[in-house]
Amino acid sequence: MAEIQLQDIIKPENKVYGKSKVLTDKTMHYCYGCSHGVVHKLVAEVIEEMGIQDKTIGISPVGCSVFMYDYLNIDFLEAAHGKAPALATGYKRTNPDKYVFTYQGDGDLAAIGTGETFHAVNRGENIVMIFINNAIYGMTGGQMAPTTLVGQVTSTTPRGRDVELNGYPLKITELLAQLPGAAYVTRQSVHTPANVRKCKKAIRKAFENSAKNIGTSFVEVVSTCNSGWKIDPVAANKWMEENMFPFYPLGDLKDSTRDDVNNFVVQKLKK
Amino acid sequence: MIHKMGELRLMKGNEVIAEAAIRCGCDGYFGYPITPQSEILETLMARRPWEETGMVVLQAESEGASINMLYGAASSGKKVMTSSSSPGISLMSEGLSYLAGAELPALIVNVQRGGPGLGTIQPSQSDYFQATKGGGHGDFHLIVLAPASVQEMNDFVDLGFELAFKYKNPALILADGVIGQMMEKVELSDYKPRWTEAEIEKLNGSWAANGKKPYRERYIKTSLELVADVQEKNNYRIQAKYQKMREEEVRYEMIGCDDAEYIIVAFGLSARLSQKAIQVLREKGIKVGLLRPITLFPFPTKIISELADRVKGFLCVEMNSGQMVEDVRLAVNGKTKVEYHGHMGGIISNPTEVAEVLQSTLIGG
Repeated sequence: MAEIQLQDIIKPENKVYGKSKVLTDKTMHYCYGCSHGVVHKLVAEVIEEMGIQDKTIGISPVGCSVFMYDYLNIDFLEAAHGKAPALATGYKRTNPDKYVFTYQGDGDLAAIGTGETFHAVNRGENIVMIFINNAIYGMTGGQMAPTTLVGQVTSTTPRGRDVELNGYPLKITELLAQLPGAAYVTRQSVHTPANVRKCKKAIRKAFENSAKNIGTSFVEVVSTCNSGWKIDPVAANKWMEENMFPFYPLGDLKDSTRDDVNNFVVQKLKK
Repeated sequence: MIHKMGELRLMKGNEVIAEAAIRCGCDGYFGYPITPQSEILETLMARRPWEETGMVVLQAESEGASINMLYGAASSGKKVMTSSSSPGISLMSEGLSYLAGAELPALIVNVQRGGPGLGTIQPSQSDYFQATKGGGHGDFHLIVLAPASVQEMNDFVDLGFELAFKYKNPALILADGVIGQMMEKVELSDYKPRWTEAEIEKLNGSWAANGKKPYRERYIKTSLELVADVQEKNNYRIQAKYQKMREEEVRYEMIGCDDAEYIIVAFGLSARLSQKAIQVLREKGIKVGLLRPITLFPFPTKIISELADRVKGFLCVEMNSGQMVEDVRLAVNGKTKVEYHGHMGGIISNPTEVAEVLQSTLIGG
């Protein structure tokens, strides 16, 4: 049997993985072990596979992923802190044929932007919202987030989050799932290859929902921030499994079809 | 050429803003109710322009959301607007700065009420500083138009959009509670269709983020730039637009200034009541003229400076503590007297009072 040469292997039919054409060549600024890069890649792959690069508008937040627009080769808007859902509303309402997604962290979406988040979902804007929950403020150096766990040490909770002082971690995804405007609400992670694949399916479904006019699709990704958590990437994955998942369990919280939306019971006013 | 008269109606200033928006081909209005301008949103909701022209109307959850909905929609090259009154404009000031920083066109209407704080719902001109000096963080200006009649509420909607798109900068109509609430005869503009996607591509294709085309780089609508050299370059580019506006977009009205020895400078409602004061003074043989700035930014500095060479004094009449008077003093640059008269808190000066103040402060005795 002849020895296999490298050039014999490099053939289109043998290709199992490639970088999405929707990703730019710019080196990402994220820390090693950060979940952002993986989720960016999944969004890019979904856009490429659906063939909607020319119809998709991304909206980046304030936070570590503010520069998301450097990494995806699509038109992008950069929002003021917490205002991405308002930008998305304005864009989508005046351009209903476009795919519009927001990408926000826990501070942007669940603290400063809580109002815009709730009302965009409550109106059932036909947008995709991707929510990176790593329970800490990464960009500003590891301060408490609304989703920081009780007892979790951050630079503004140096003795751990104390509910007397700081209140409780906010399960905003559970709250959003209660709103009639929310069509699809799911919680995912990207810390194992299996989870990456599941997360991609969820993101794809969310984008497909945009064209069905059934309301907002919301994908939370429970994520690691090893720099903020002050542990190495492997330990961060373990810490997330042991501490984040019990409080933020993975899986779908809501999955509506067109019929569900049509059948939503709205109390009629008496004349 | 004979001017073909448009549709004549008796309407409130606020209602006219709504009507003018529909007629000028506006793509979207996003707003939140606040007195004394809620009729703008109410009129639009009653008119249902989405059934007529396709214009989107949405009641937002806050002024902060409204202005950011504008940012989103304006990024696609569409004509979008909002309206509010003073406290609501303060809430929008972050968004105004972002719009100017990202170089996006949008139209904002401020039907002013008295401040500070929650203040009063009575008319005021106390947002002059906020409107003309930026009204948010960072080095920027809004293009500011000051209507003095219901007719100008109609005319400045189209003009505001024209200037906003010409300079890719937000434009503001700075009205007040009286102009918004009073009814006057108005000649409405003819209907202009909304821009088609092809027209948007032709007119705004060099910047509008309406989906990345294979033949162009992706567009990023942002005000963020961390490299100081580049950020300064961006600032210079924006400042160059303001300089061009100062040279080319100054608008004002002069009434009886040719033989005038004294000039009243006033905008909006104050200009209306000052005309009556001038009539009173002229009957007494005192030659007074009116200079009414129509653009508050860019400000009519040059004409005021020229008038300062030949008149004996200026009186600024404002419904505030004396804000525009600072810009008039800068323009006059010590060449002659500049005085101020005004009220705050929703009080409107009466013409006799203005006439008396002019006599006592500029003429003496």
